[in-house]
Amino acid sequence: MEQKVLHEREKRCIQEQPPGCTAACPVHVDARGIASAVRKGDYQAGAQLLHNMVPFPRIISNICDQLCQQGCRRKEIDESIAINRLEKICIDNSNEAFLKMVLMPPRDKKVAIIGGGLSGLTAAVELGKKGYNITVFEAADRLGGGIWNFKETRLPRQNIVDDFALLEKLPVKINFNVQVSNKENSNLSFHSLSAAFDAVYLAIGCTDITTLALDFALDIDEKIGIDPFTLATSNPKIFAGGSLLLGFDHKSPITSICHGKMAANSIDRLLQNASLTANRDREGAFTTLLYTNVEGVEPQKGVRCADADKGYATEEALEEANRCLLCECLECVKVCEYLAHFRGYPKRYVREVYNNLSIVMGIHHANKMINACNLCGLCEQVCPGNLNMGEICREARQFMVRKGKMPPAAHDFALRDMQFSTGKEFVLSKHQPGFSSSRTVFFPGCQLSASSPQHVIKMYQFLCEKITDGVGLILGCCGVPADWAGQEDLFKQTIQNIEDSWRKLSSPRVITGCSTCYSIFKREFPEMDVEPIWTLLEKIGLPDRKEENFSPLKLAVHDTCTTRQEAELQQSIRNILHKLGHQVEELKNSRQVTECCGYGGLMSFANPEIAHKMIDKRIHENEHDYLTYCAMCHDNFANQGKRTYHLLDLVFKEEGQQIPREKGPGYSQRQENRARLKTTLLKEVWGESVDEEQCNVTLIISDSVRQVMEERRILTNDLIAVITHAESTGNKLKNIENNTYIAYFKPISVTYWVEYSQGEDGFVIHNAYSHRLEIKG
Amino acid sequence: MIQINKQVQDTIICNKCSIPLTVGKVTLSYLGSDFPVELYKCLQCGLVFIPEELARGKMDQVEKALEDK
Repeated sequence: MEQKVLHEREKRCIQEQPPGCTAACPVHVDARGIASAVRKGDYQAGAQLLHNMVPFPRIISNICDQLCQQGCRRKEIDESIAINRLEKICIDNSNEAFLKMVLMPPRDKKVAIIGGGLSGLTAAVELGKKGYNITVFEAADRLGGGIWNFKETRLPRQNIVDDFALLEKLPVKINFNVQVSNKENSNLSFHSLSAAFDAVYLAIGCTDITTLALDFALDIDEKIGIDPFTLATSNPKIFAGGSLLLGFDHKSPITSICHGKMAANSIDRLLQNASLTANRDREGAFTTLLYTNVEGVEPQKGVRCADADKGYATEEALEEANRCLLCECLECVKVCEYLAHFRGYPKRYVREVYNNLSIVMGIHHANKMINACNLCGLCEQVCPGNLNMGEICREARQFMVRKGKMPPAAHDFALRDMQFSTGKEFVLSKHQPGFSSSRTVFFPGCQLSASSPQHVIKMYQFLCEKITDGVGLILGCCGVPADWAGQEDLFKQTIQNIEDSWRKLSSPRVITGCSTCYSIFKREFPEMDVEPIWTLLEKIGLPDRKEENFSPLKLAVHDTCTTRQEAELQQSIRNILHKLGHQVEELKNSRQVTECCGYGGLMSFANPEIAHKMIDKRIHENEHDYLTYCAMCHDNFANQGKRTYHLLDLVFKEEGQQIPREKGPGYSQRQENRARLKTTLLKEVWGESVDEEQCNVTLIISDSVRQVMEERRILTNDLIAVITHAESTGNKLKNIENNTYIAYFKPISVTYWVEYSQGEDGFVIHNAYSHRLEIKG
Repeated sequence: MIQINKQVQDTIICNKCSIPLTVGKVTLSYLGSDFPVELYKCLQCGLVFIPEELARGKMDQVEKALEDK
């Protein structure tokens, strides 16, 4: 991943964007954090958050004009959070003042601040912290300017005193009773002051500028021309802001403070010969990109104070803070157990993936995360920035495979299963008997053949009946496991083999039994006419059914994640269900925003724990029985106890047949089903005699051992390999206490161990386990 | 651990050589790293015994750690 691509992707995840309140506040107070602190009763933390952005919190917590409320999402539902009141309870209940001040070494530059109101004093604090020599010129005999107009009940005078005490800790000199103007009666001329200082911040409040005879270019309203982004005036070393810029009718304490900070920034830039304008787009209020879903939020009026002057009591503050939505996005995390599992969100994950791919030496911490994703694309659907973690993880897997850094354990088992499905025991490609060409070919796919081979046979026979110009058959695997595992070469080779078989059958139209095969063919073969079985069934009609005791079902349709963009296919499923006489129930997340069953991206192999959670979440979304049209969705749900039908269970239902099936077959059985499907078809449809390989090793395996083998992904064939090896070489251990044998063998990359004994009818398996560390002797 | 070891010595024999197993040096290897370890083995034919606890415990941890390196 290039760094540029990383940044582009990170930007698309907007979870770290500030909430609306913070963005609307000119000084970006973390109001969400304050509400959160109030919820916890941690007033000190809330006060600290205010003080991080505002030098005079005891004042502002009483008189803020709350521009934040304009950005509050709650406003759309009922009314904005009373943020200032939450600030007040935090400040009133915190004993110590806490401004995190790192004083920089003194500088030799001098800055004059004319006007000791909120704006001027904010600039004094900001520049004082940076080590500049500050002199404040105040016309009155006290600091604060316009804030003294607030009544004592609204703004206790002690708060003013306490806040301004901060100035004593800074290199700030204050001159009272100094009227700076160019008039003759003034005690300090603006000209001489400008000449004596390196920069000036003019923050004289609502004073009529014309009375001071300052030699600025005035605009038509007789106001000084001030650049709203830098507060620069026509004189390069003089800046102006606060109520002077806002005007009497638009006074705003928090904006005055903001101007003080902006002026300080400008002056600092000026005195350091830096650009006045670069990277300042987020100073002052801005519009956030954060998305917050407010669907389903119950309206709840704002909490009133019993005593308005005192502000909220503890319970009142808590109640109000609880109204705060604590705005964040997390749309993808809310719908995906995988994204939730790693306790972050895509912006962080993208960075972790990037770091994982970049490190040369050291631990690859994100391997697990990269390999766990089901690549289903749901995140992209719900993300306001359309970020697709699946794309990123798939790309990362390809990179890891290319660099030889893919952990072998992640996908090895699934790839060996795919190898079986692309090998001689399953692969088949034939014209319909009696035809020398095919206009259509049926490609049922490896998992439908593994899960319900009987349906493949029935479907093939039905298609041959309905389509009269020759229906060929191709058995094989579309290669998706290799694609998901990041094995580009293996995938290309698999796809190439399918293309060759297809061309040999004279490039007929392809009907797929599996939606994933369909999506792969559609993506890989632009010239292939490919159609899923379901839309075809709608056109050619369903098989006849004679069922005397038909009972209609109400079924919740689970769409396959690889059909996300296939609206027509999804509609066909519903139409077929209606034609069969069943009722359709829609899941909340269906069609375009359907969820994955845990098989996608080989999740269930690389990370069974998350796959289990994923399935568990999905199967509890609706109380009705589920209807799937993918063999893996069916088996995964059924295996975890959900009553689930595959659509073909209903299409080919026979009188008296018990459905739904309780469980899907295990891994060994799946391979056997595929192999047996091929031999059955060859014998029954093509009338060929088949030499079936006779296995002379009979195993007796209890259900509990089978369960263990399934969890450990050990196949019956692996056991046969170990026992055959042990019995032919004599290389086995014996437990003399219970007369069992212990043997091991490494067919390819995994060493399998079997504990067994010789029974009357075959070898009785007691236990099996495996490891990847190789025994070198 | 001592108890398990004792059990191995008393209960597991090499079927081919008909002798009890003894602790000996074995090299395990994965993804290019070699680990000399001591395991029960048949000193005559070299057949090794790795109990389930070891395979699914410590060895599994080592495999995972190496895979993430």
